[in-house]
Amino acid sequence: MPDSAAMLDVAGLRKSFGDIEVLKGIDLALQAQELVFVIGPSGSGKSTFLRCCNLLEQPSEGSIRVDSVELLDPRTDINKMRQRIGMVFQSFNLYPHMNAAGNIMLALRKVLGKSKAEAREIAESCLARVGLAEKAEAYPNELSGGQQQRVAIARAMALEPKIMLFDEPTSALDPELVGSVLTVMRELREAGMTMMVVSHEMRFARDAADRVVFMDDGLIVEQGTPDQIFGAPQQERTRAFLTNFQA
Amino acid sequence: MNGLDIFLDAFFNPAVTAKYLPDILRGMVVTVQVALAVVVTGISLGLALAALRSFRLPGVNLLIVFFVDIFRALPPLIVILLVYFGLPNVGISLPSFAVLWVVLSLVLAAFAEEIFWSGILAIRKGQWEAARSTGLNFAQTLAHVVLPQAVRMTVPPLTNRTIAITKNTALGAVIGVPEILMQAQTAQSFSGNATPLLLGSLAYIALFVPVVILGRWLETRFAWGRA
Repeated sequence: MPDSAAMLDVAGLRKSFGDIEVLKGIDLALQAQELVFVIGPSGSGKSTFLRCCNLLEQPSEGSIRVDSVELLDPRTDINKMRQRIGMVFQSFNLYPHMNAAGNIMLALRKVLGKSKAEAREIAESCLARVGLAEKAEAYPNELSGGQQQRVAIARAMALEPKIMLFDEPTSALDPELVGSVLTVMRELREAGMTMMVVSHEMRFARDAADRVVFMDDGLIVEQGTPDQIFGAPQQERTRAFLTNFQA
Repeated sequence: MNGLDIFLDAFFNPAVTAKYLPDILRGMVVTVQVALAVVVTGISLGLALAALRSFRLPGVNLLIVFFVDIFRALPPLIVILLVYFGLPNVGISLPSFAVLWVVLSLVLAAFAEEIFWSGILAIRKGQWEAARSTGLNFAQTLAHVVLPQAVRMTVPPLTNRTIAITKNTALGAVIGVPEILMQAQTAQSFSGNATPLLLGSLAYIALFVPVVILGRWLETRFAWGRA
């Protein structure tokens, strides 16, 4: 049964690459303002799952509803829906030929049709929110990894999405730069953003997540509050993963 | 006359220079006109084809690849001769200037398409994904995110190829386009002296060395983020 109150409602999601089934039936619903962490070993399908949620990967079967709109319905305008689904990538993926403000303004102008002045104003306020107010004119190659990722978050945020997806947002960062990105994510959460995060930042998961989902081999093995998952995991596979992880 | 005098008389004859320099200069004007027309048409068409190809429409892509391979394989001279001397047999007569312009444009377009296409392929998938994830459609992503990067990346090979093909304006001589080589050859046969050919060479150098320098400047100009 679709959960009509959910911001994101995934049911029976399957995805195969050729003969290999990467997702074997995922069911997960995120309530508005919820921060859900997805953890699991590499190859467990967690990134593929995340990428299915804005159709960067085309699922083989199942249902994905965002704000009650079925993404897999052929009548759904996916470009329209993607405005409501922000995505942050492991490798930032800023446009190298545009400065920070330009990166943020592009979709505002071309997708939302805002005027240059309006887009600029939004870009500047988003950059201020991620602590980079003075970097509007900086090109990506002039920014540190942490700053680039914060610009990327600002770019996603600028469209005022209903939900944001984070695909290992800190994995490509030097350890000393991780904190600045997590701070921005924490602020987003406090501002009430619905977020799904694939990440190995267990400490952050522990104190910021509402729920932690453990995936393995294309399935959700176990989910619960951070205390349940990190403190008293019920499944053997979850325990094994967490032990390895802490080792 | 000693050897040096004979050499100077054959290649640096002042009287011949004075007489035929105006013709060579007129030839330069024509060469510049054809070259500019070829560069504009050829590069625009090449870019348009590369952009079209990225939509990966099955039949269309087959046609593009076919066109590109044919025009990269054929020597431009044979195409020029075929069009100029062949088409009148089926009732289509084109002025020699038009033939030279169209054929060289098609050749440049074929090479430029391949260069732009490899540039497009070199753009990381993450760039497409980032743009699409913000709601930009395929064409917008291509136009605003992928092509600007691809074009910058392709400036050096494109400059080289453009110079190589625009030099082929000299092929116009065989169908009577009054460009540099045509003028030089005519003057050489009237004067019985090689000086006009040397003047022609100097004219090419005067035209193309600045283009080579412009190409180098473009390469630095389009380096990331320092516009």
